[in-house]
Amino acid sequence: MSKVVFKRPKALADVVTHYCPGCSHGIVHRIVAECIDELGIQERTVGVAPVGCSVLAYNYFNVDFFEASHGRAPAVATGAKRARPDLIVFAYQGDGDLASIGMAEIVHACNRGEKFTVIFINNTVYGMTGGQMAPTTMPGQVTTTSPYGRDVNQIGWPIRMCELLSSLKTDGFIARTSAHSPAEIIKTKKAIKKAFELQVANRCFTFVEVLSTCPTNWGMMPIQAQKRIEEELLPYYPLGVFKSPNGDASKS
Amino acid sequence: MAKVLMKGNEALAEAAIMAGCKLFFGYPITPQNEIPEYLSRRLPQVDGGCYLQAESEVAAANMLYGAAGVGERVLTSSSGPGISLMSEGLSYIAGAQLPVVVVNMVRGGPGLGGILPAQSDYYQATRGLGHGDFRVLVLAPSTVQEAADLVMDAFDLADKYRSPVMVLGDGLIGQMMEPVEFKKKEKVELPPKTWAATGYKGDRERSIINSLYLDPLELEENSWRLKARYDAMGRDELRWELTNCEGDYDVLITAYGSTARICKTVIETLKKQGISVGLFRPITLFPYPYKQLRDAAQKAKTVFCVEMSTGQMLDDVKLALEGSRPTQFYGRTGGIIPTPDEIIGQIEKILKGEEVDKR
Ligand SMILES: Cc1ncc(C[n+]2csc(CCOP(=O)(O)OP(=O)(O)O)c2C)c(N)n1
Ligand code: SF4
Ligand SMILES: [Mg+2]
Repeated sequence: MSKVVFKRPKALADVVTHYCPGCSHGIVHRIVAECIDELGIQERTVGVAPVGCSVLAYNYFNVDFFEASHGRAPAVATGAKRARPDLIVFAYQGDGDLASIGMAEIVHACNRGEKFTVIFINNTVYGMTGGQMAPTTMPGQVTTTSPYGRDVNQIGWPIRMCELLSSLKTDGFIARTSAHSPAEIIKTKKAIKKAFELQVANRCFTFVEVLSTCPTNWGMMPIQAQKRIEEELLPYYPLGVFKSPNGDASKS
Repeated sequence: MAKVLMKGNEALAEAAIMAGCKLFFGYPITPQNEIPEYLSRRLPQVDGGCYLQAESEVAAANMLYGAAGVGERVLTSSSGPGISLMSEGLSYIAGAQLPVVVVNMVRGGPGLGGILPAQSDYYQATRGLGHGDFRVLVLAPSTVQEAADLVMDAFDLADKYRSPVMVLGDGLIGQMMEPVEFKKKEKVELPPKTWAATGYKGDRERSIINSLYLDPLELEENSWRLKARYDAMGRDELRWELTNCEGDYDVLITAYGSTARICKTVIETLKKQGISVGLFRPITLFPYPYKQLRDAAQKAKTVFCVEMSTGQMLDDVKLALEGSRPTQFYGRTGGIIPTPDEIIGQIEKILKGEEVDKR
């Protein structure tokens, strides 16, 4: 007798996404959907999509959704969660959305200890608008608006959101993972699951940054893009749990 | 219920709670601070109530989007510079057809301007609140009692039309103390909020709170849907008040909000001198009672528009009259409130066939 060992999570809509081959968005969507299924929270989960490549995330999950304005997903999530604390609310944001235009909203949501979950896709570029420089773009990285490479003397160093947010005193769960290999994808799932579990327990603000590929705007094949994360990003963006509510922050 | 003496801002805040408002998001700015201060005391006493001071008006408007999107009644209040920052969120709220109530206690502008009462945000409220094909219903109170009454109505109207509703006051209405009675409103039949994003249980379509339409035909459809609602408001929600319009008058004043109050004093004073002047006071600024103003102007030789701005409502007055009557305009702005004597002086000029002072 055959047994089903791999199937589409219930919380993931049965549609074709518009993501490019090798893009991490699809992987992280699946992980989020698996967590929703495993925790049995589909009927009370509400997502908040950003402006960025994942703007259409509301079509890809079988849950109610908001589409927020650029960078404001944490404010929208705050409004929804404060109005209906029984809902499980998650915001899904890119690095331009969260670390540039939405910097104020994420910092204050984190500092207020809003009890929702933020999934932060850091692919070091503005994917949707065609690969412009982001606040997370690496030193020397060539983008369409940093044609000579990111010059840290002109524009500063890439912003490390986990480090920044974990410096705030308010309790929270803050972790950085990566989607560049099967082993790291499994760890990403663990972190995202932990974040949702903490929200279900009404504990604290929960934030998972996922180092992600954008093969299209990096001008790389998917395998090459995964290698880039490992070789270029990991030394600057260390993985690990930066803060957890009981205080046992551990870097892996 | 007995009358109580209250500041306009506080009366308005209490009225919001009576209307079932559960949440307030805002950011401090003069001259409306009594609203968030009052609600920070009162909302925690309300079941499910939440008062939250946002990090900015940008965030506050987007919090409104979130709270309205899950189906709760939500309020914000601000003044010029803060309303400008809310533009983004309000455009998304209008596009996504969400009901919210916004209070603007107008102060002088542009820029940081001043903190004294003005009516210089008329264009912003009635025409330019944000990008895209949208309007909001605008209600302009001229007494504390009316501010309280209109706030209660604003929540019903927002729900009825799935649209932001703005209560446009000014520093004078907000700061002034007057007796107010919180009248129990009869319950209005409103459609259930089946569109709210309250969790997908399979018993309806998924609720998606959204203003993105990549298909131009769908986006056009949404814009016409909104337009149809504005047309319906224009049919069913017009409000205006006529003062001293029963008899004959050569001059019909048009003014709204605080300025209309001052003009009522003008009318009383002139009456004693045997001069009869009428007043047309629009209460809905969008939609504007064009036909009602045109009708009231029929008996007048001149329509005299008085505002605390350099002349913004004047455009609507001219649109209403369609050239059928000449108009004169007198405005003070920047926080200067015109005195009754000042306005009487101008009316005397009009009666002599002269032009009013240009500034
Ligand atoms: C107010 C505003 N400014 C600019 C834009 C244009 N815009 C759309 S997506 C985007 C960048 C998104 O990049 P990121 O958040 O990194 O997401 P990614 O596409 O890389 O997943 C920008 C600037 C916009 N939609 N709204
Ligand atoms: S442009 Fe980049 S981020 Fe966007 S879908 Fe393609 S690979 Fe993913
Ligand atoms: Mg990006």
